[in-house]
Amino acid sequence: MFKITIQAFITAAKGLAVTLAHLFGARRSRGTRDVRKADYFDQQGGVTTVQFPKEKMPIPEVARYQLDVEIDDCIVCDLCAKACPVDCITIESVKATDVIGKTSDGSVKRLYAAQFDIDMAKCMYCGLCTVVCPTECITMTDQYDRSMTNLAELTYSFADMTPEEVEEKKREWTKFQAEKEAAKSK
Amino acid sequence: MHDILSKQRNVAFYLTYLLVGAILFGFIAAFTLFAVYSERKIAGFVQDRLGPMETGKYGSLQTLADILKLIQKEYITPAAADKALFAAAPVIIFVAVFLGFTVMPWAPGMAPSGLYLGLFFVIAIISVDAIGLLMAGWGSNNKFSLLGSMRAVAQIVSYEIPSGLALIAAVMITQTLDLREIVINQGILTAERLLFAGVWDVTHIGGLFAWNTFQAPHLLLAYVIFFIASLAECNRAPFDIPEAESELVGGFHTEYGGLRFAFIFLAEYAMMFLVAMIGVVVFLGGWNTPLPNIGAAKLADWTTGLAWGIFWTLSKTLLIVGIQMWIRWTLPRLRADQLMALCWKVLTPLAFLSMAISGIWRVWVMV
Repeated sequence: MFKITIQAFITAAKGLAVTLAHLFGARRSRGTRDVRKADYFDQQGGVTTVQFPKEKMPIPEVARYQLDVEIDDCIVCDLCAKACPVDCITIESVKATDVIGKTSDGSVKRLYAAQFDIDMAKCMYCGLCTVVCPTECITMTDQYDRSMTNLAELTYSFADMTPEEVEEKKREWTKFQAEKEAAKSK
Repeated sequence: MHDILSKQRNVAFYLTYLLVGAILFGFIAAFTLFAVYSERKIAGFVQDRLGPMETGKYGSLQTLADILKLIQKEYITPAAADKALFAAAPVIIFVAVFLGFTVMPWAPGMAPSGLYLGLFFVIAIISVDAIGLLMAGWGSNNKFSLLGSMRAVAQIVSYEIPSGLALIAAVMITQTLDLREIVINQGILTAERLLFAGVWDVTHIGGLFAWNTFQAPHLLLAYVIFFIASLAECNRAPFDIPEAESELVGGFHTEYGGLRFAFIFLAEYAMMFLVAMIGVVVFLGGWNTPLPNIGAAKLADWTTGLAWGIFWTLSKTLLIVGIQMWIRWTLPRLRADQLMALCWKVLTPLAFLSMAISGIWRVWVMV
């Protein structure tokens, strides 16, 4: 019993020495905070705290934080919405009567994006949507510090069409369909 | 005429008592605010964090903000609680610790109350704390609270034995239970003959050498026992199984909130200070200076006095409180059986041993 007790005292003293070293080591801050630096893991002493809004940790430009959509490159294929495990992407498409343009990588656009909403409050930052996107128009950015007072503000809207435009395109498509039907029945 | 005079004297008498009580309470409150802040800072630094930083410069107003919040909060009593016990428990817990302060000497000739049985009184009144804890746990009608308070009582009652024996070992050397006299006999103001380690006359040298732990070196062992037992008595890590956050939510104070919780918290920190101060008074020279007289440099004479006394008491006690915090943030919690094994199988025999040595010391060395 006394042997165990002496052992306990020795190990307790070792532990106390470790914490004391850290207590006094806290006088300085851990300088290197950029994980890309080679010496990042050499820093073992000092305070690790990053005093967030005042200080920020350097993060790469291609970090996996909030989503962004380059709507001009989007072919409205709906793959991202299907891939999303938490269903935070809502897409509504309107068919065009003809080819409406090309994306920057040469894909042909045949659909208008009437609605392209991403609810960042639901998003779990898995990045699956960016993987399936054929034109790489949906990407993750280095933006993470976005607090809103109203939950609805966290639903980002990427579609750039006004309701009138959507109505008009819908009408055009219905008319086109009707004309096609009429041509068929002749 | 005579009647009025004696009435006035009576009023003055009670006013003095109220004033002393108010000063002590003010001190405990201020100490708690400071101690909670430093505890959080020490915890932060030990874990490579910064601790509170937002409220005030370096977070210095954090605990003040916390207590303001607690004061404003509503009293919530669980529907199934025993209302009377639940409400009375924080009061009893705090009063038990608060009363302990009444006999503690702060400086030469300065103690709130001079009691010939001072040390006995302190040990006795601290034990009342256990009743308060049990009332809190039972009154809450919550299984976690009850488990916590059962553990607290088991622990406090057990650890009172080694801590009491360690104190008795010191009392056998000092031959008095009066805390004022215990302190006086550890420095240059003594009327007795003091021997360092039983051989070297240090009556006029004083300082560190005249402290009880150095007058009779085996009291160093007694002090270590007392220190460990005192950690257990104020329910601090590594003996915090009554609160054991990870097992028992908050232990006996799970159901408490607002000002009631604030009082339990206040008692906890006051208890830390009190047990540290008992250790300092009985073993580490109390308000006596650690600096000895060296030839012409009368360091001990220069650093003895009312203000110096308060300074030395405070700095020694705060140092011990700091060590308590340091230990808390280093050592993991003991299991209940380990706790009891340490108390009954190690500390109690060692305390008896140091008591026996005290007896021998008294008879053979100090004669």
